[in-house]
Amino acid sequence: MPIPISAIAFYAIATIIVASALIVAFSKNIVYSAFALLGTLIGAAALYIFLQSDFLAATQVIVYIGGIAVLFLFAVMLTHNIEKSVGSNPHMGLRTVVPFAFLVLGFLIYAAVDHNWNIQAVRNSDPTVHKIGNAFLNEYLLPFEFASVILLVVLVGAALVARREIGARISQREES
Amino acid sequence: MFEIGLTHFLVLTSILFCLGFITVVTRKNAIGILLGVELILNAATINFIAFSHYVESPTAEGFIGGHIFAIFIITMAAAEAAVSLAIVMGVYNYYKTIEVDKVAVMRD
Repeated sequence: MPIPISAIAFYAIATIIVASALIVAFSKNIVYSAFALLGTLIGAAALYIFLQSDFLAATQVIVYIGGIAVLFLFAVMLTHNIEKSVGSNPHMGLRTVVPFAFLVLGFLIYAAVDHNWNIQAVRNSDPTVHKIGNAFLNEYLLPFEFASVILLVVLVGAALVARREIGARISQREES
Repeated sequence: MFEIGLTHFLVLTSILFCLGFITVVTRKNAIGILLGVELILNAATINFIAFSHYVESPTAEGFIGGHIFAIFIITMAAAEAAVSLAIVMGVYNYYKTIEVDKVAVMRD
């Protein structure tokens, strides 16, 4: 029996996701961890395409990979001396946490396999953009507006928190 | 085994969640902890989409709810990343380190 192409695609994507997530979790170098997050995010976008959610795959690439991952890379570069980045990502308590995490993993997999999900026979394969647009402007209008208010607050708040005290910097420089 | 169903996705996202959990709990570097948070959020988003694709919805148009929720998760993840990285930059400017066990004092 030949292996179907969808199974090959799924297992390839899953391998990429798990491998890069392992690097994120266990690498000793924060730069490697931040770059490995890119692999996980790209794998997730591929899974969205696999699940026929076109709009979400595009959103994942634009917002997550183009925005959040680049933001993380900038934060890593700004807070670390790049030549001394070996050992920049230390662990603590790994021996107690990993068995507990395996326990949680076993429980989750048991719950996922054991439960009889109400699987539908016909998959939703329509393009989703039209329906998402309709939903955002009808029944999800209030959460949508709340999300835009939150984004505005975040924009102002992040700029306020991250702002450097420019006046203090200049006077420091003149003294030294 | 070769017929990809909902269970495959649930197992994959369980692994992803546990790796994120390990990262959040064991990292000392604040940015490392935030990377773990992103892993957990991605696991949740993939789960939402998988459920909306495979599980029967009560209404004919109902399956779009999972997509809407996933989009809100992505929005909130962007907001969370921006604010928390701004705080990390502020902490770094003040303490010259972002290892969370060395940043234990919250006032001058």
